Amino acid sequence: MKRYERAVRHAIALRLNGVQRTGHCAPRTLLADFLRHDLGATGVHVGCEHGICGACTVRIDDVAQRACLTLALQAEGRDVVTVEGLGGADGTLGDLQLAFRRHHALQCGFCTPGILMSAAQFLERNPDPDERAVREMLSGHLCRCTGYGGIVSAILEVARERRERARHA
Amino acid sequence: MKPAPFDYIRADSADEAVALLAEYGDDARVLAGGQTLLALLNMRLAQPRVLIDISRCADLDYARVEKGRLAIGAAATQAAVCARPQLAGEVPLLAQAFPHLGHFQTRNRGTVCGSIAHADPAAELPLCLAALGGEIVLRSARGARTLDAERFFLGALTTARAADELIVEVRFPLAAGRTRCAFAEVALRHGDFALAALAAVADADGIGLAVGGVADRPRLVRWPRLDAGARADALNELAWALDARDDMHASARYRRHLVRELGGRLLAEVA
Repeated sequence: MKRYERAVRHAIALRLNGVQRTGHCAPRTLLADFLRHDLGATGVHVGCEHGICGACTVRIDDVAQRACLTLALQAEGRDVVTVEGLGGADGTLGDLQLAFRRHHALQCGFCTPGILMSAAQFLERNPDPDERAVREMLSGHLCRCTGYGGIVSAILEVARERRERARHA
Repeated sequence: MKPAPFDYIRADSADEAVALLAEYGDDARVLAGGQTLLALLNMRLAQPRVLIDISRCADLDYARVEKGRLAIGAAATQAAVCARPQLAGEVPLLAQAFPHLGHFQTRNRGTVCGSIAHADPAAELPLCLAALGGEIVLRSARGARTLDAERFFLGALTTARAADELIVEVRFPLAAGRTRCAFAEVALRHGDFALAALAAVADADGIGLAVGGVADRPRLVRWPRLDAGARADALNELAWALDARDDMHASARYRRHLVRELGGRLLAEVA
């Protein structure tokens, strides 16, 4: 058992995009705010703050979930991946990000980081999804620009590419 | 949209969590997946003095078949239960209901027991538990007790859980050989809470129909076998008996319509 008092800023250590990091915050601090303000991962976007819009979705121990419905303390000692961890260390984009660009799957880009993190886990779990399954996964995200068509095509294309690569590997 | 301050205590076992509830009672809220509680904290609809986090209690993180039931511990996520390859054979009603329950991203963290504990009248898991005659296991420093769904759900967001009790497990009866079940709901958007959600379970003794989203808690009625003519009358009677209310999402009249319409489809499906 471990107790964390409300008025104290506690040291919280976790792995962020493969790097061990430590920050300080009170128990009531949301993971989304901790990642943005204390650790500088501003790719975590904060929209509705009650789990509806999906913009703050990150992966904790590989699982896509809402950083606004998670306390920073709940991620202590965990492995957190944000959109900053999707590309290469040299700034090159990952395959999902490239496909989003090709398919015009983003306009303003506010919802995009969350969708990318969900899609990343979704494709690992479902390497050969149909359109219905992709749309069901996307129902946990709100995008007010693109109308979702480009997003669906991009995700389906990456699934195809990855299956191709796996066949030739 | 940020929570009011609270002390946070991470319990490592069910024993610790129960001891903490004995100490803090009403001043504490139990945090498992947090997919409802964190939203309530963010909106300051809940302002507990203490949060007791049970999500890392390894002894509560399980889903296993025992004594003819699927027993699910308080730390088990909806995604973990949903991903059981055998689920459609074990508790087919759950397998049918899961896709309607929130979203991929919230099921990843939300727990089965947490949804039961919250007791939203329109939530799918309380409805399934009521339809199947499942049980809730409560533990406190005073001892343990087991309640069936009917005695547990008392009203909207209101249950028989005492302030010092922890829901340690819920149990869904396994489908027996000839049982048939069906699930249907209507929501404004996929993954939203239902305007009306219905679950039907038929066995040799008759048919049970449970309705969520209309009354203040999931309601179960049982009939002996109904022929097609008697069905419409029985459903109409049920639709009126549920005391539907108007709210911003739907009228009482539309909810009664859904009970008759979805009920008719489900009864035909399991007949």
